[in-house]
Amino acid sequence: MFYIHCPYCQEYREEEEFHPRGQGHLMRPADPDNATDEEWGDYLFFRDNPRGIHHELWVHSVGCRKFFNITRNTVTYEILETYPMGEQPTITAESEKLRKEQGVQTADGGWQTIGAQPDSRALNEEISS
Amino acid sequence: MQRYSGFGLVKHALGHHENWERQWRNPEPKKRYDVIIVGGGGHGLATAYYLAKEFGVKNVAVVEKGWLGGGNTARNTTIVRSNYLWDEAARLYNHSLDLWKGLSQDLNYNVMFSQRGVLNLGHTLQDMRDIQRRVHANRLNGVDSEVVTPQQIKEIEPELDISSRARYPIMGASWQKSAGVARHDAVAWGYARGADALGVDLLQNTEVTGFKIRDGKVLGVHTNRGDIEAHTVGCVAAGNSGVLANMAGIKLPLESHPLQALVSEPLKPVLNTVTMSNHVHGYVSQSDKGDLVIGAGIDGYVGYGQRGSYPTIEHTLQAIVEMFPMFSRVRMNRQWGGIVDTCPDACPILSKTKVKGLYFNCGWGTGGFKATPGSGHVFAASLAKGEMHPIAAPFSIDRFHTGALIDEHGAAGVAH
Repeated sequence: MFYIHCPYCQEYREEEEFHPRGQGHLMRPADPDNATDEEWGDYLFFRDNPRGIHHELWVHSVGCRKFFNITRNTVTYEILETYPMGEQPTITAESEKLRKEQGVQTADGGWQTIGAQPDSRALNEEISS
Repeated sequence: MQRYSGFGLVKHALGHHENWERQWRNPEPKKRYDVIIVGGGGHGLATAYYLAKEFGVKNVAVVEKGWLGGGNTARNTTIVRSNYLWDEAARLYNHSLDLWKGLSQDLNYNVMFSQRGVLNLGHTLQDMRDIQRRVHANRLNGVDSEVVTPQQIKEIEPELDISSRARYPIMGASWQKSAGVARHDAVAWGYARGADALGVDLLQNTEVTGFKIRDGKVLGVHTNRGDIEAHTVGCVAAGNSGVLANMAGIKLPLESHPLQALVSEPLKPVLNTVTMSNHVHGYVSQSDKGDLVIGAGIDGYVGYGQRGSYPTIEHTLQAIVEMFPMFSRVRMNRQWGGIVDTCPDACPILSKTKVKGLYFNCGWGTGGFKATPGSGHVFAASLAKGEMHPIAAPFSIDRFHTGALIDEHGAAGVAH
């Protein structure tokens, strides 16, 4: 279940309020009247479909009804950022690769590589009575 | 290969079942093969089997990154039918259905193919018009399909709620009697055993990390167990097809989505057939073990995680309870997700690529299981001859540029 930050409402809301609309930043052929079949086909049907960092278009369909972008990892499903239409992502596959090599500092001061699950050992420990 | 028979079962029972042969070898990769199949699921194994059996190409390797039949072959809901709208699709799925009928005998492996029929329900006037159109098209293509009334539906599947009290009352259905279900794992294992006996090397735990391509021709694959040469490579990797295509510098019109399914606790026999509904969006059948096998729509976002979201499960079960109110208190036992490679026109891609010798068989999306034998058969013919088989030819990747799409969204219906 996703908990998504809408960049317009400035609030975290449940996944059910949103709708995914596929790959983000798709550009219509600049000169539609003279676009070749190749260009139209590529625009309409061909997608990146990456295993990893993906920039995608979502709509806050039962909220503000505005479209916005999400950068998300398609394997871990981790949402890395949300940003309004017209803006470019600050996190990309390249920058993420760098971050993964370096690791990041977590809020509690621990050190964690990206994609690793949060430390949940405490949750799994059996409670001795 | 040790043949299976009733007599053999008795013989091995007397020997405390200690002398069964292994079903297939676990060979070391050779340096060179005539054909490499990337992906050891049902479609890949079927391709290898038919290559060796019918087309005389025995120097074949199936390269699988995990274990055989561990992806969508193990995760689907086993429905087999062929009531598709367009001629091209009907030919492909009907070819498959014909092979299903003799598959257990052919493989000497019980795939438990049970032709118990499929109902596709209609809940609105437009649903019924679409169903009538599809049924007419089916009959012209030699697919046994008919329109049935709510009363006839009640005779086929007594527990369906056909009353007018339902939120979406059932107005009729299409009924394909020759459709049914099969044991998914047995299909993969049967093909694997058959292919292995004919000399195919099944290379498990062997992940393709890249392609060897020179002058626009494929020369082999790089794997985590070394390079393997072959001048013909067929990729049959379902949800991960896009990842493979990327390695070869090809873009595909695919999006990989999680598709979830559930099974319930085992119940006494309650369902006779497979019931699907596009409109309330869910489908259910009962396995021979007694558990209800349930599925519905894909998760809308791109995902490779083999799991999905809870809202999708909730919607799925809402649909099932709408059709079968008596299931409202059945407990679910297990839930899982598979990664399906959905195509914009809900039809597969069986195609050559701009790299000579590199073929793709992908895009089966949410309903590939039913096509396993047919897909393997026509893809094997194409790989062996270097020309796409006439049944496979319309499913070329070129159709996304020429516009000759085969729009099966109606017949593909609810993801299954």
